[in-house]
Formats: sequence, structure tokens, C-alpha cells
Amino acid sequence: MQEHVPTDTQRESVDRFRALAERELPRLYAIARRLVGMDAEDVVQECLLRAFRSFSQLEHEQAGGKWLTSILLNCCRDHWRSQGRRVEEVELEEAGEFSLFRKIADEDPFPYSDSVHLDFLHQFGGDDVRAVLASLPELYRVPLVLVHMAGYHVKEVGFMLDVPLGTMLARLHRGRKLFERELWSYAEQNGLLKEGARP
Amino acid sequence: MITCAEAVKQLWDYLDGIVEESERELIEEHLSFCRRCCGELEFAEELRRFLATHAEDDLPPEVQARLTATLDELGRT
Repeated sequence: MQEHVPTDTQRESVDRFRALAERELPRLYAIARRLVGMDAEDVVQECLLRAFRSFSQLEHEQAGGKWLTSILLNCCRDHWRSQGRRVEEVELEEAGEFSLFRKIADEDPFPYSDSVHLDFLHQFGGDDVRAVLASLPELYRVPLVLVHMAGYHVKEVGFMLDVPLGTMLARLHRGRKLFERELWSYAEQNGLLKEGARP
Repeated sequence: MITCAEAVKQLWDYLDGIVEESERELIEEHLSFCRRCCGELEFAEELRRFLATHAEDDLPPEVQARLTATLDELGRT
């Protein structure tokens, strides 16, 4: 059997894909960690395989990061589906009205502090933040991570997810409020509200 | 004039610069006399920074190695 010898064009395409993938790997992994937790490695690998197969469809390589992120999101959604999780809107009572700012001011967890709100946030390490994010429904976690952690504009996220801007804004708003509420719950449940709980 | 509840509901969108001009004016008018909502605004900014500072992970060497091996494999196909 004759060995397949790639043409110069094919080799060049492989090299360009590799350069793009290597550049984007840390960012893709960071997003995946916040969306699928410990399964991030598998999801990023699947993303690379899919992206490689459709690399010829990428028209502008400047858009490579966004293109890879879109593929990653599809991989995340397939991952959730494979786990039997339904990515859909859920009823969230009163989440839209919750104010972490007011909650901290009212409860005053660190009475000797001059900056109680900042002190509250300083109790959280990276693992805590990931745990709080993991507690949010995917529908709200995705826009929160993409806009406030990955730095995409809400319009870009709407485009990636094929969701109208108004819907995206509503999900983002709800996601932020849920995040605030879950930060408080997590702090309560994990003893972060005690003076000196963390150095 | 808008209420505190209406102002707070839009503070993040205000920070993101995605509110309509007329809404922006109403929020700023409210912030000009409401200290509590100014506190909410400052805290919303802190929360945005908080999220941004927790946005990155170091790529663990074993993950880097596995993904690089995947790219090597793809390069050979």
C-alpha cells in the first residue's frame, strides 16, 4: 500500500492549525474548567479533534479564538447531554432580586472590618469560585463565564450560542444574581463567614 | 426618576455599557443622590474584577502533555 504523503498545502494547513491550537489551549482549558469542571481535559481534546476536521471552514484566522470557543461550547453541550443533563431554563424564584451587597451589609459577617464587602470576596480561593460556578445551571453559567471571565462581548456570546441578544442579556443578568446568591450560600455552608476563617 | 430596585437591576448592564442612552441618564440621575446604590455600583465593579481575576488556570503539565500529544497525532494524519 502506498504511504500517504501530504502536499505542501496540507502540511502548511496542519502547521497553522497547530499554531492556533497551541496559542489558544490555556484559554480553552480555563473556560472548560469553569464549564465542565474536572472533565475539562476530555472536552478540550474533543474540541481539538473537531476543530482539526473542520479547520478548512475557518475563513479568517484572526477569528480563530472565537471559532475554537464556539466548538468548545458545542463539546460542552454534548458533554452535558451525554450525562443526561437537560440544558434548559429553570424557575429561579427571587434570584433576580437578590443583592449580595445588601446581604453583606445587613448580616455584617466581619464586624471589625472597615471593608466588609471586600473582605467577604477575599475569603474565596480559586477552588471555591469554581465550586460556586458549578452550582449554577449551565444556561446561566455559560454566559457568565464567557462574558465576565473569558472577556467576550454579550453580543458575541449570543452569536456563538445562536440566542437573541435580549434573551442573552436576561440570562446573563440572572446568572450574575444567581452567582451572588450562591457565593453567599457557599460562604455560609463552608464556614467562610467566620472572622479569620482564611488568612 | 427610577427606584433603587430599578437602578440596581441595571447596574451591571450600565457597567457593561449596554443600556440605552435614556436609561443611562436615569441611572446616573439616581446615583447622583443615592449613596446606597453608589455602594451597589462599587460592589458590582468589585465583583466584575473578582470574576476576571479568577478567570485563569495554569495548564497542568500532564494536561498540556496529553493535548500536545493529540496535536502531534493530528499532525500525522
